[in-house]
Amino acid sequence: MDGIHDMGGMDGFGAIPIEHDEPVFHAPWEGRVWALNTALGALGKWNIDAGRYTIELMDPALYLSSTYYQRWLFRTENMLVEHDMVSREEMETPPGERRVTSQGAPLTIAEILANRREERSARVDEDIPARFQAGDPIRARNIHPKGHTRIPRYVRGRKGVIDRDHGVFIFPDTNAVFAGKTPQHLYSVQFTAREIWGEEAAANDKVYVDMWDDYLEVPN
Amino acid sequence: MTEHSHLSDMELRVRSLESLLTDKGLVDPAALDAIVDTYENKVGPRNGARVVARAWVDGDYKQWLLRDATAAINSLGYVSTQGADIVVLENTDAVHNLTVCTLCSCYPWAVLGLPPAWYKSFPYRARAVKDPRGVLAEFGQILDDDVEVRVWDSTAEVRYLVLPQRPAGTDGLNEDELAGLVTRNSMIGTERLAGD
Repeated sequence: MDGIHDMGGMDGFGAIPIEHDEPVFHAPWEGRVWALNTALGALGKWNIDAGRYTIELMDPALYLSSTYYQRWLFRTENMLVEHDMVSREEMETPPGERRVTSQGAPLTIAEILANRREERSARVDEDIPARFQAGDPIRARNIHPKGHTRIPRYVRGRKGVIDRDHGVFIFPDTNAVFAGKTPQHLYSVQFTAREIWGEEAAANDKVYVDMWDDYLEVPN
Repeated sequence: MTEHSHLSDMELRVRSLESLLTDKGLVDPAALDAIVDTYENKVGPRNGARVVARAWVDGDYKQWLLRDATAAINSLGYVSTQGADIVVLENTDAVHNLTVCTLCSCYPWAVLGLPPAWYKSFPYRARAVKDPRGVLAEFGQILDDDVEVRVWDSTAEVRYLVLPQRPAGTDGLNEDELAGLVTRNSMIGTERLAGD
């Protein structure tokens, strides 16, 4: 979707907020949100692409006024409801007034860490032919998927060159809606800065974007 | 947007959710404590710095790292990529690499820990691909026009780590001492080390 999250190339956000001696978490709740997301993700009810898509569906004004961990909390709450693990009513009821029953034993830290080691890689061990190889010229397709996609707006329709083939990976556009992994080759694609941003960009500069076969076409 | 807003409201809301999930048997507070502790105290940019220092002292290791970073990093034992695929990008006199995630905030957690707030900020995500030299200038880094800037947008499950150049005048330092010179920002690409 052409959402607010697709920020590459936007102007108007001001200076970069560089902070010195920054703590890992700025408040305890941030660490708890991070940990909740990690522990719940290990249950395997959803995947990283579905999680990202949930954040992308935030109202744009809410997205812009939320901090990073507030967006993660939004994602966690929505995934829990969507997967019938928690109801909105339960979340809105004060802790002292709730009547809930345990659904079983939670994962231990050892189980969570083992899951992360096994599940995090999006690489797929399947022998699928590559449409392109390093050095091939390509054009990023001019597509505007309504759902989740990882082709940034700023490269669509632009010509580039395959820099390297990363191998076969899960395709996020379908995985985000549990419509299959659609495994295909993922490449790093090199674009000149001028192809994307015009003649004001530095002549030697490059932008590299990771792109799947379904995002690419043979240029005219 | 600062990362400090709505602190007390957020604290209450998150505590309430955690207690609900604990009552439901979906999470174990002790496991949450361990996850927080891991990212506050165990996983961080020191891991990446050890990888860089090894590459500086061992040419064969450096070549392996540039060819297959995931395997080369896992081989060190004290750093686990936890299943993520990592690619290492070498800075030279002629090339400077800069990493960003314009669509969210993808970052090589296994070797750098959790990202700083600026990496996740809207201005960095928006401008790194379009005006990398302006972004670098905000970090105090002015590059010559003849240095090629390569910006890597992490749009997939491949994580990028910059291999900075070894600073001049460090011939006498051992691997541990060299690791102490490697900053987090130099491995993201927003800093060139002295003499780099």
